Amino acid sequence: MHNFEYREPDTLEEVLALLGELGEEAKIVAGGTALVIMLNQRLLVPSHLISLRKLRDIDQIESSDGTLQLGALATLRAVETSPLVKEQSPVLAETYAQVATLRLRNMATVGGSLAHADPNQDPPVTLMALDARVGLASANGSREVALDEFFIDYYETVVRPDELVTRVMVPRAAPHTGSAYLKFLPRTSEDYATVGVAARVSLEPDSGVCQDCRLVLGGVGATPLRARDAEDLLKGQKSTPELLEAVGAAARQLTDPVGDSRGSAQYKRAMTGVFVGRAIDQAWERALA
Amino acid sequence: MASEKTMTRTIRLRVNGKEHSLEVPSRRLLVDCLRYDLGLTGTKEGCSVGVCGACTVLMDGQPISSCLALAVFADGKEIVTVEGIAREGKLDRVQQSFIDHGGFQCGSCTPGMVVTARALLDANPNPSQDEIKEWMLGNLCRCTGYYQIIESIQGAAGEASDA
Repeated sequence: MHNFEYREPDTLEEVLALLGELGEEAKIVAGGTALVIMLNQRLLVPSHLISLRKLRDIDQIESSDGTLQLGALATLRAVETSPLVKEQSPVLAETYAQVATLRLRNMATVGGSLAHADPNQDPPVTLMALDARVGLASANGSREVALDEFFIDYYETVVRPDELVTRVMVPRAAPHTGSAYLKFLPRTSEDYATVGVAARVSLEPDSGVCQDCRLVLGGVGATPLRARDAEDLLKGQKSTPELLEAVGAAARQLTDPVGDSRGSAQYKRAMTGVFVGRAIDQAWERALA
Repeated sequence: MASEKTMTRTIRLRVNGKEHSLEVPSRRLLVDCLRYDLGLTGTKEGCSVGVCGACTVLMDGQPISSCLALAVFADGKEIVTVEGIAREGKLDRVQQSFIDHGGFQCGSCTPGMVVTARALLDANPNPSQDEIKEWMLGNLCRCTGYYQIIESIQGAAGEASDA
């Protein structure tokens, strides 16, 4: 590993001041699970690491006015096991529980996993389906970005070099809503998904048709992909095998997977269609419950 | 680069109950710090990318991959390695159970297995088989003695509940 200076400020203000000063010269480190590998392999050679590990109070998981707030430094394990998350958004707890291994979930953080922007990750897929927003802060102020508009490309986001991800906000789901995240793992259970699909379905209680929905695909493009055309096909409809087939086909159109040990590009595309149908089925069932 | 001065940090940590104050290069991995700076070679480095579990240690009681942690992450923390599992020369129940149930073959993965299993039993003294699998799925054994490993942990759990 190359030589770098490690800074470990005690306060958020100091972190943001340092970031403002160093910008792209510095990388932020929290859990380290992604960054340390990239440093070890010399894919990144920053002159400074700014550690968040001495910061307090940005690892909280709380709820205000129905909005779930995940502090950027909350570990994946903390989200997975949080009674509040399990109660307000069971699908989110289920999703975090499916990431890699317990060891990694003890280390990796909510904010780091978004800022890293590896399109193979599970949480961004579900968070996007839940209309999550990301809180960003810099020495010059703070802003919020819809997760939908957060990712740009492989390992690339709208976060500016002087900005830090501080929290993630997840709004409360509407009544008669169900959500599901399905992770297709044909090899081993700690692997990245061949494809991951998150579906959220809100039903119109009297007619039983789909009033609103979200469909997000992971691992089959440069970023998590929101399948808007597929969503439109579902809206105002009742679920039938023929419709799910069409919705799956529309979602498949959007994908641009890279073939690897988890499946060829063609296979990943085909499985996207299958898992979209299954995820909608499960979300629909939960919306009825 | 050769003439460049290595950046270092002074860290204070507790390892297996003993306090240490060390000056380490910022880039030092925790696994290397444990093995080379502290001579605790029980912790093994396998894959170096956090997948195999051989380098598992406990940080403040939680299993982590020491190959993915910088040594500076351990500043102010309590670390337990496989050397800290036995107490006063007496094997821990988990270690004895791995011997009794043939829970290892070549032994390379065993330190990580034992450390993870200890953390599991501390968190949940009587885990179900599914809970054991959930905790252990990130610890790989290339001799593939997985059933004996599960039996070893169940054996240690059984005794724990009798105690």
